[in-house]
Amino acid sequence: MSHIRLLNVTKRFGDVTAVNGLNLEIEKGECFSMLGPSGCGKTTTLRMVAGFEDLSEGEIHVGERLISSRSKNWYLPPEKRDFGMVFQAFAVWPHMSVYENVAFPLRVRRLPAAEIERRVKDALSSTNLLAVSKESPENLSGGGKQRVALARALAINPDVMLLDEPLSSLDPHLREEMRFEIRDLQRKYGFSIIYVTHDQAEAMALSDRILVMNLGVVQQIDTPLNVYNHPVNRFVFSFIGLSNFLSVVRDGDGFRLRGGERLPEGLKPTQQDKVVGESGERISLASRPSEIDFCNEENCLRGVVSRKSFLGEIVDYQIKIGDQEMRVQKSRRAPGPNVDETCSLRLLRPFWYTEI
Amino acid sequence: MNTVVQKSRFGVAQIILFLSISILVVVVAVPVLLILFNAFWVNGKFNLNDVIRIISEPDTWQALMNSLIIAAGTTVGSTIVGTFFAWLVTRTDLPYKGFMKGMFLVPFMLPSFIGAMAWKMLLSPRAGFINKFFMTYFGLSGPVFNIYSYAGIILVEIMYLFPFVFIQVCGALERMDPTLEESARISGAGLFTITRKITIPLVLPSILSGALLIMLYSMAHFGTVAVLGIENGIFNIPTLIYQRIHQSAGSFSSIRTGTVLATILVLTAAFILWLQGKILSRGHYQIIAGKSFRPMELKLRTLRMPLFIFCIAYIGFTIVLPTVVIFLVGGLKTYGLPFTWENLSLENYKFILFKYKVTRDAIWNSVTLGLSAAVITMFAGVMISYVIVKMKVRGKGILEFLGMLPFSVPGSVIALGVILAWSGKYGVNLYNTVWIILVAYIARYMAFSLRANSAALEQVHDSLMEAARVCGASMWQTLKDIVLPLVRPGMLASFFLIFLPSLRELTVSIMLYAPTTRTIGVAIYTLNEDGETVVSAALAGIALIIIVTGQLLVERFLGKKAHR
Repeated sequence: MSHIRLLNVTKRFGDVTAVNGLNLEIEKGECFSMLGPSGCGKTTTLRMVAGFEDLSEGEIHVGERLISSRSKNWYLPPEKRDFGMVFQAFAVWPHMSVYENVAFPLRVRRLPAAEIERRVKDALSSTNLLAVSKESPENLSGGGKQRVALARALAINPDVMLLDEPLSSLDPHLREEMRFEIRDLQRKYGFSIIYVTHDQAEAMALSDRILVMNLGVVQQIDTPLNVYNHPVNRFVFSFIGLSNFLSVVRDGDGFRLRGGERLPEGLKPTQQDKVVGESGERISLASRPSEIDFCNEENCLRGVVSRKSFLGEIVDYQIKIGDQEMRVQKSRRAPGPNVDETCSLRLLRPFWYTEI
Repeated sequence: MNTVVQKSRFGVAQIILFLSISILVVVVAVPVLLILFNAFWVNGKFNLNDVIRIISEPDTWQALMNSLIIAAGTTVGSTIVGTFFAWLVTRTDLPYKGFMKGMFLVPFMLPSFIGAMAWKMLLSPRAGFINKFFMTYFGLSGPVFNIYSYAGIILVEIMYLFPFVFIQVCGALERMDPTLEESARISGAGLFTITRKITIPLVLPSILSGALLIMLYSMAHFGTVAVLGIENGIFNIPTLIYQRIHQSAGSFSSIRTGTVLATILVLTAAFILWLQGKILSRGHYQIIAGKSFRPMELKLRTLRMPLFIFCIAYIGFTIVLPTVVIFLVGGLKTYGLPFTWENLSLENYKFILFKYKVTRDAIWNSVTLGLSAAVITMFAGVMISYVIVKMKVRGKGILEFLGMLPFSVPGSVIALGVILAWSGKYGVNLYNTVWIILVAYIARYMAFSLRANSAALEQVHDSLMEAARVCGASMWQTLKDIVLPLVRPGMLASFFLIFLPSLRELTVSIMLYAPTTRTIGVAIYTLNEDGETVVSAALAGIALIIIVTGQLLVERFLGKKAHR
């Protein structure tokens, strides 16, 4: 049985459904990320697990314990759940030293002094904070404050760690460093992580599995690789990585661009794409800018280069195809057409989705 | 194109600086210096022994102690009441919190000496309505509560001063990052522990800063002690200064006593402000949130209704009841008659508004004095704040120091100072004219204007002015077209911050009035002292209507502006 189980979890604020019928299972020791644009319900879900929000429907179990249930009217307050949590704004207490911040959860639990000392030291050394344990967290940098928050969450040795955009307030280079530190800590302590972020790179780098959410509805739950390689719908495709969409309609056996010429022979959905494209129905032909080749054959998409910009290692082309546009990114070493020149494109990995 | 404008030694900047320094010197510094001078110099010689002799006189010593006792009691009480209500309206699920919050701020508007008069009518030992009621119907032999006591004075001051703490703590609690408390909760702490270990320590600087403001105010507070204390011989520093000057009509020895007491007030005020600055600069944590959910609310559960009823009772007892009493007594034919329909009428109100010369003059004086003081102080304040906040000129340091002065000079000190400065000793005699009151008002309210205008000017980024200069505007044009329009809200705010309180001013005017230059405050107070209770109450009622209406209009008008 999975360690964390969310059954049909729903949260409504007035008329707005923030989270709609979410079912989810997270294993012990797994790092699970929730990804989505702001307002998609990921933070609300995390706060329901933490106990800061109650549920409009459904229930949440962790291990043997039922922690929230609407139908049984059962609600374990956050302070009884024994989770670790790290917030975006750090939320370290400026009136206590680093040591006291980390000791707080242990003191609340009235552990013996020696035990508190041992655990705090352990958490501080895991986060490289031993040297500054006497200082006020006010004197630390953003990364330092976030380490204090992590150490505080570690101190009780929780089996579940909730991370609410913990790296968003940090500088980009620090963010990458902290990602690996979080992963290392997880390996050492063995807790499950629920990680909320809007940064896909962060989610990819850290997670065993990713949940992509939009408007309170789950779009896809899968490994990072599968989410990237096999997005289940247009939203997931557009949310993960750079994306192109061409709007097309069925034309007899093949397809044609919306209001334009026919697509090349053979460029049509396969069995896997689960899209038929009824006659008259608009569908999206999706591709990644990095998975497009220039070619010289007849049977290719044809367009005109409208903009070409050098971005250092890569060259970014904007190409007009009929009245639609596509981006293509190639290595700066690869030959390519110039502005206003006609070119032909071959999509290496086309995807087909129903239009939203 | 090689014309370089020679920078003259006396440019616009120097003129503005000079003007600003002159205003502060004449209006504030000279009176304060004269007080210090008169306190320590006798017959041209520095004389500390005499100062000590005056302080150790039983009356002065007692007044000093009384000021301390009353200020200490008021500060502790108001801090507890203010913090408790602030916590209640920001952190719990108390019903109608928005309404409650508004009501708790009402005492800010009400002049405390009018409140004190109301409580005198309600709780004076023999004639107070509440005491009489209990003695008649429950057969008590003595009064339930004697308002002419330390406890009475302190309680009345708490009722009118606690909003200083309330508003500071509310602000701090509302701005505080809720995840600071949530992280304590997920750490395993219950709400009681969080309040004790996290919330209160984090807002402690705000609590202390509000408490010190109350201390400062109460030390130098005239009205409540004047109305309730004199009966039983309880004097504090300002009331003793008033009594001495008033009784002896400005004799040398009474002025000496006054200046020594005033010096003590100034020093205490300076110390309190220094302490407050220290607390704010050291303890001001960065607890303001970035993104945030609404803060969690403590579910009061079974305490919800009792606490709600308690709040309503508090508001009813401390705000509604005194106000109603003022209006009812103002409608009585003669003080002492029962409140029946036959005894109540609007005659008193008509009388003071249309017939009685004393009150009509008082209203006219207060309105014209308030308007003039507000306009003058507003413009002077903009100019001085501009130099302090924006200009880079030599000699600014002097101005910064002078700019601090108005904050630490209590009203009774200002009144005494202007008497010393403008009684003809130095060529100009304004004594017994309205002009001396105007000068004193300007000095008294300069601090308000400086605060509002500096805040507005700090919002105007230097680059806005630099951009205007780059576009070819001169310094005057920049001031006129860029700076002034941008700080106009601050100027308006300072205007009303001065005009509305000046309508009910008592501390300064009571020391400076002549028979024809009574202000509303003075008229209410003196009529009440002379036993004209009903007329006095009616005038107080009119004053309350003017002040509250004005305040509501300002809030509507400026409140909308702020949202734009």
